[in-house]
Amino acid sequence: MAKSFLSIERLTQKYPDGKGGEFTVFENASFGIEKGEFVCILGHSGCGKSTIMNILAGLSEPTLGVVKMDGLEVSGPSLDRGVVFQNYSLLPWLTALKNVTFGVAARFPNWTKQQVEDHSIAFLNKVGLSGDSIHRKPSQLSGGMRQRVSIARAFANEPKLLLLDEPFGALDALTRGTIQEELLKVWSGTDQTVFMITHDIDEAILLADRILLMTNGPLARVAESVEITIPRPRVRTEIVENANYYAIRNHLVQFLGKRSAELAGQPSVAGETHSPEKIHIDKTVGMVGNQPLLQAVKT
Amino acid sequence: METMSENKRAAIWSFTLLLVSLLVWEFSIPTQQVATGELTEYEILIGAGTAKAGVPPPSEVIVKAWEELSNPFYDAGPNDKGIGIQIGYSIYRVLAGYFLAALIAIPLGFLIGMSSVAYKALNPFIQILRPISPLAWMPLALFIIQDSEASAIFVIFICSIWPMLLNTAFGVAGVREDWVNVARTHELSALRTAFTVVLPAAAPTIVTGMRISIGIAWLVIVAAEMLVGGTGIGYYVWNEWNNLDLTSVIFSIFMIGVVGMLLDAAFGLLQRRVAYVE
Repeated sequence: MAKSFLSIERLTQKYPDGKGGEFTVFENASFGIEKGEFVCILGHSGCGKSTIMNILAGLSEPTLGVVKMDGLEVSGPSLDRGVVFQNYSLLPWLTALKNVTFGVAARFPNWTKQQVEDHSIAFLNKVGLSGDSIHRKPSQLSGGMRQRVSIARAFANEPKLLLLDEPFGALDALTRGTIQEELLKVWSGTDQTVFMITHDIDEAILLADRILLMTNGPLARVAESVEITIPRPRVRTEIVENANYYAIRNHLVQFLGKRSAELAGQPSVAGETHSPEKIHIDKTVGMVGNQPLLQAVKT
Repeated sequence: METMSENKRAAIWSFTLLLVSLLVWEFSIPTQQVATGELTEYEILIGAGTAKAGVPPPSEVIVKAWEELSNPFYDAGPNDKGIGIQIGYSIYRVLAGYFLAALIAIPLGFLIGMSSVAYKALNPFIQILRPISPLAWMPLALFIIQDSEASAIFVIFICSIWPMLLNTAFGVAGVREDWVNVARTHELSALRTAFTVVLPAAAPTIVTGMRISIGIAWLVIVAAEMLVGGTGIGYYVWNEWNNLDLTSVIFSIFMIGVVGMLLDAAFGLLQRRVAYVE
């Protein structure tokens, strides 16, 4: 197997449990992400998704293991890895536009003020923000608009890897729907690699090329990698008609509902790496009568 | 009446209250019986012809205020300077001591706020120095500095440093980690993080500390100037007390209040400018 653009190798995170022992969140987790891929990670709370995200962002260090991007080991935060945090993380004393230029100016220090501003406005427009609202402070924007600003800031920086930490977690379902589509629109024009945490199965199916499934913690691991075999461009109202939609959805629901708990808590055998099992579900090919062909390719 | 705004009603009440209290004050002061007509030699000797010292009625204070404020900057020798000059000296001392304090308190507060080791190391000193009445430093300051002017400034410095120091540390320590993470993921240098993220985030808390400090400094300068003498509004009050000129004493008390209010209002304005809504 060729080295992926982003490769996570034998990542282990342990915390002291306060009683002199250790608490292992996840152990020997290994997976890869290709350039331009949109990967979502699904799992219950406490399985270490956010920890993985923070390690990828360089905001925290794993107990063991390495993360390599473009063959180079990740250490510390970098402009190459942009982050959209769950709670927007906009600086409240700056206007929406200034929040974006703040990032762009840091990314492209040689640009003139005008270039920075034009670039920022272009990305704000892409997520549907224009006119008066870009000169407002975050407190004067709705939750949806704030997250749009946050997404614009991340995309405007054109990082090699974009990390989204439950970006729509705090939004209502309707707003979430529109922003998901805006995110797809912004993303489809680029070859941006995206890694996203979510709790929402439908959101993951709509957005991702591949979904990583995590078992419950402690001793969580990335158990499966499910390919989303629904062609792009995807539209919420259309993908539900696709034959694969409910097959994939059922698989995910079954995993999160039952198997994530069944597979949990297995201590790893020494030296073993937990590469996720690759799952490919495609009912559009190989349909024999009414019998779908479910392929589970184990590697 | 129903259509009248709240502010208008409050203003009417304030004005009424002022008028009533001034009237009560005016008429509760007994008119002095100054002996008139021929005085005996004995009466002249005991000063029966001159008015006794007493609390003056507001009318006299207002006349005095008009007199002083219409010529605030005259200088007729060390014991007779205009109220503007006296207040000017006091404000100069307050601001000098205050800005020296800010110069040390804000960077030090940043350090304490950012590093828990620095906080723990310096905390015992702060806790023991903070409750000391600033005037208690006066004798030591006078002895070491050997200059009454500089000693007064030192006293202001030492009293205004604590609220600024503690509030800066508190504000800096309380900056949300998300915002610091934003700075980190944008690879900002420590200095740029401090100026573009931590400072604006902590500014409301820092300015609150600065506002408390200027209030305390203005309280303390009056007492300090009573001790060191020479010039300033505190010295003025004490000097007029020695002259038994209570009209001037009341007038200067009023002026201390007005200047204190203006200083506070200036920082209130600054506070509004740096405020933000999360």
